[in-house]
Amino acid sequence: MLEIRNLNVHYGGIHALRGINLEVDDGKIISLIGANGAGKSTTLKSVMGLVPKSAGSVVWNGRDITRLETKEIVKAGIALCPEGRKVFPDLTVAENLTIGAYLRKDKEEIKKDRDWVYELFPRMKEREWQLAGTLSGGEQQMLAVGRALMTKPKLLMLDEPSLGLAPLVIKDIFSIIRQIKEAGVNVLLIEQNAKAALEISDFAYVMETGTITMSGPGRELLSDDRVKKAYLGE
Amino acid sequence: MNKEISISKKQKTILSLFTCLVFLALVYVGDMLTPPTSSWGMLFTVLEKGSIYALVAVSMNLLNGFTGLFSLGQAGFMLIGGYTYAIFSIPAASRDSVYQYFDGGLIKFSIPEIFSNALGGVLGELGYSLGEFIGMFVPMIMAGLITAGLAFLIGIPVLRLKSDYLAIATLGFAEILRAFFQWKALGPITNGSNILRSFSTYSSPLFPIIISGLCIGFIVLLINSSYGRAFKAIRDDEIAAEAMGVNLFKHKQWSFVISSFFAGIGGALLAMFSSSITTTPFTSNLTYEILLIVVIGGIGSVTGSILGSFLFVACSEWWLRGLDSGAFLGLSFGFMRPGFRKVVFAVVIMIIVLFYSKGIMGTREFSWEGFLTFLKNLPGRLINFFKAFPKRLADFFRTLPAKIAGLPARMKNSLKKLKTNTKHGKEAR
Repeated sequence: MLEIRNLNVHYGGIHALRGINLEVDDGKIISLIGANGAGKSTTLKSVMGLVPKSAGSVVWNGRDITRLETKEIVKAGIALCPEGRKVFPDLTVAENLTIGAYLRKDKEEIKKDRDWVYELFPRMKEREWQLAGTLSGGEQQMLAVGRALMTKPKLLMLDEPSLGLAPLVIKDIFSIIRQIKEAGVNVLLIEQNAKAALEISDFAYVMETGTITMSGPGRELLSDDRVKKAYLGE
Repeated sequence: MNKEISISKKQKTILSLFTCLVFLALVYVGDMLTPPTSSWGMLFTVLEKGSIYALVAVSMNLLNGFTGLFSLGQAGFMLIGGYTYAIFSIPAASRDSVYQYFDGGLIKFSIPEIFSNALGGVLGELGYSLGEFIGMFVPMIMAGLITAGLAFLIGIPVLRLKSDYLAIATLGFAEILRAFFQWKALGPITNGSNILRSFSTYSSPLFPIIISGLCIGFIVLLINSSYGRAFKAIRDDEIAAEAMGVNLFKHKQWSFVISSFFAGIGGALLAMFSSSITTTPFTSNLTYEILLIVVIGGIGSVTGSILGSFLFVACSEWWLRGLDSGAFLGLSFGFMRPGFRKVVFAVVIMIIVLFYSKGIMGTREFSWEGFLTFLKNLPGRLINFFKAFPKRLADFFRTLPAKIAGLPARMKNSLKKLKTNTKHGKEAR
């Protein structure tokens, strides 16, 4: 279980996160929705230690990981699948997955996880020796998710997995996110596609300009008037 | 219609080993049989210098092509390597004459000499030369280690910079080093701005070829290891690499230090090659030459860097020499005087950068399959080429008048294109 308490982040003079409180329970899909620039990506990056936190704490399964290096956070079992896919374009699909397991030494387990990723994304198996840069957008997103899974995370944080993808592909990605949860990985999902995100999430938070303004079970938020007005275009 | 050839891993190893041995044997025999006055002596100079440049180019490629760090400090690191080797290898007896302005210098021993005396005392005549040979490796490795150590220190502040800023900072450091080594106060060690000479050097061109080959082999192994994969991941996307748990700074530091280690070894070999060393050749010009080789060969291709080195050295030292001395391929013009070679070189480089911006190899590497397939298809391709040649020639002459007539319009068009491209700030390509 991940607990974020009073998290503050400054970018130079800009106060990007103003005291975020958020929890990711085990066995759940939690989503974080909000407009551009609300601070969703910053929240994930600061959890990973990719941007420095100015105040607050992050606790992972009872362990304070606020000040840990990114490497240690990955080792502790948190993985980030960054926004805009960010696969390594000049490496092959297989190499991209191997990089995902960079910090792991357990060869047998790595092989098992690789097979699992190929099972989740059969397309990746077909394209094993292709350069990642030559994959389509949807395939790159699948590879990015697969690469994050190769770190053997207990919490997978996905930053805008539906960004710039066709509706059919988005549907695939979301059904796979559900499968990943079934396999016992907690998921923290960031989305602008609020409807799709709220439909699959057990609990959701709504962010606006660096603060959390609303929270509740996904289905509830889906029928909330304010959410409907602001994010669902009704 | 290309036929693919596939061979097993074992066959590949045997082929590679065999080729290496044949090549080394040919160099050895060739060197023995070539009289020193023969113009073919140049071939061996090219092989020696080319292999040294290849090592430095591959080390630079490790940094620029595989880790994505645009560093221009190679000349500075070669300088440290060359000086370290020279300082520790000048025989004690020669030190008074070399360091004549600094009372024979501060260091009074030579490492190859110590080994030579130690082994010579035991084994006699053979021991002296064997000892010197073994002793040469110690200052050479020291050259690499000291360079790497300095790179570690420079790396701490410099590697926090990105792209162009990193290039400027490393270039600056290289220039500072060059000035520093000429400093009079350091004279007892570096001999100030005077020449260092008469240190131990190799006698067969096999020496730099084998050493460079081993070092390049090590770099290739590194690139193919999980470390190398992490380097490439950093090159492709820093944020994603970090999110996968790759420690950015540590890996950049490693790449920088390892690259500098081999640049240092390259510098030591270059000092041996010219059998004397001053700071003069180690200007930023040398870095640009190496960068040029990396670009010509293909950024991100070890094979390309090696090919590029030999081509570059052969052109600048041998094939294009005639342009400077007034006779080139039987041609002779008044403007062919010293310096003209550089003009031709510059034009060649412009052509390469404009039309072959990915270099000879791009990011591809040599493989036996590719090479054998190429050889197998070559006769067919040549036959096709010559079969089609008369027709193509006829076509060329048939369409020539129309082409010439259309030239003004085409030039106008391309000028227009260029204008709109620059207006919108697009890349010319």
